[in-house]
Amino acid sequence: MALWDTEIYDSARRPSPFVEELLALVKYRDLIVQLVSRSIKTRYKRSVLGVAWTMLSPLLTMLVLTLVFSTLFRYPSRDYALYVLSALLVWNFFAQSTLAAMNDLVWSGGLLGRIYVPKTVFAVSAVGTAMVNLLLALVPYTLIALALGRAPRPAVLALPLPVLFAAMFSVGVGLAFSAAAVYFADVLPTYEVLLTAWMYLTPVIYPMELLPPTVQGVLRFNPMYYLVESFRSILYEGRIPSGRTLGIGFAVSVAALVLGWWVFTRKAREYAYRV
Amino acid sequence: MSESMRAPVGQDQAEDATIRLASVSVRYRVPRERMASLKEYTIRWIQRRVQYVDFWALEEIDLAVERGEIFGVVGPNGAGKSTLLKTVAGVLHPTAGRVVVRGRVAPLLELGAGFHPELTGRENVYLYGTLLGSTRRELDGLFESIVDFAELWDFIDAPLRTYSTGMTARLGFAVATSRFAEVLLVDEVLAVGDTRFQEKCRRRMDSFRRLGATILFVSHDLPTIAAMCERAVWLSGGRIQATGNARDVVGRYAAA
Repeated sequence: MALWDTEIYDSARRPSPFVEELLALVKYRDLIVQLVSRSIKTRYKRSVLGVAWTMLSPLLTMLVLTLVFSTLFRYPSRDYALYVLSALLVWNFFAQSTLAAMNDLVWSGGLLGRIYVPKTVFAVSAVGTAMVNLLLALVPYTLIALALGRAPRPAVLALPLPVLFAAMFSVGVGLAFSAAAVYFADVLPTYEVLLTAWMYLTPVIYPMELLPPTVQGVLRFNPMYYLVESFRSILYEGRIPSGRTLGIGFAVSVAALVLGWWVFTRKAREYAYRV
Repeated sequence: MSESMRAPVGQDQAEDATIRLASVSVRYRVPRERMASLKEYTIRWIQRRVQYVDFWALEEIDLAVERGEIFGVVGPNGAGKSTLLKTVAGVLHPTAGRVVVRGRVAPLLELGAGFHPELTGRENVYLYGTLLGSTRRELDGLFESIVDFAELWDFIDAPLRTYSTGMTARLGFAVATSRFAEVLLVDEVLAVGDTRFQEKCRRRMDSFRRLGATILFVSHDLPTIAAMCERAVWLSGGRIQATGNARDVVGRYAAA
């Protein structure tokens, strides 16, 4: 009988999906690691450069942006490349992870309809994957910074903070949109377009100060502004962001996480019927 | 089993049945027109014109499977057999009714769902194992016995895309049955690999059963059901046509 009292599944006594998903996620924590390692390993599996692409692609993007902006707009700072890259790192983290969250859930290969898995595992592991990519991309960033004579300052020790905020924010947004993507095939392409617009509404490739004050006021309603600012402040300017920036960043991220979790788990038991 | 003289299904003593379904219904709901666009959906929703086609894959199913039983499920395609297994596996939450399953479930259906072709056999053992709810540490301990059972030591570090169908299925079965499970859900799984390996799978399931496992067995192979199972259920159109002694049920199904 010792084997016996292990688990009882009772469909009438399941906890609310909000709680159940949380418990299941803890139980399946090793699956998250496996999914992250799967996507890192398989993404570049057959390419010659392999994982090096993770470091190369933000570098190349930065190169393009620098060329375009420094020649076209004659942007003053010589460190423009770093200025952009510091913000681009966190933006890419957000964009990649939310897109992957939706794709992984919708294209889970019918996994959801075949075996029981916590549904939130896809968004969480998508963010985990983006986290690994971010850490890898910090390597070339640091190298360029050193080359330009900008060694990292002690403030860099505070970097985990905005990374954590960005992770919570991305899980929340990823979950909310993937809930919709399960039901409507056109959510995914719409979101891709939205992302592009969103990026231009966030001071990623331009400084906030360049905008007229009224527009600045409007952009302060953009949650990504606080995450990007925190990141840039620590990485590029080498100073700890203001308490206000960090505080709002934290509040917005927690709110997005809770809201996204709620929206997503409300329908979590239906996904197996849909995907 | 000596105590095979059990009361029929759905009686009160079913309280501690290993698998118990009480008036379980499962509904697939599909919008009547294909509404891929959110805009269209919103317009219709506001107009209260979203119409659904309800498809009841299971209706009012009452079933109790006792500890240690091999319980057969027969019926034509689309009868709801797979839906039944998925409901027991916790994949599908019943639209109505209640499902109670006591013990760990090993779903031997869709073996290898979640395998990735570009990953090696070794990596897939960990991926699939954690998908089935094992921890990494548990899999470390089970790894040798899994590869032993699948007889794949020579290929374990080769990508799965180089495996034959049989090899993949062997690995899937080995992972899915690497730990004892109180409930085995079997969907035609004995079509795994060659006859020798099928025999091996059967022996492993037998050993689970001797430890008290319960087996829910879906098959179109009626003689096997009649030979292996004590009791069986015949499903048709999502409803129970008959339950009881496996030979009787299979006989009635075959005659219908």
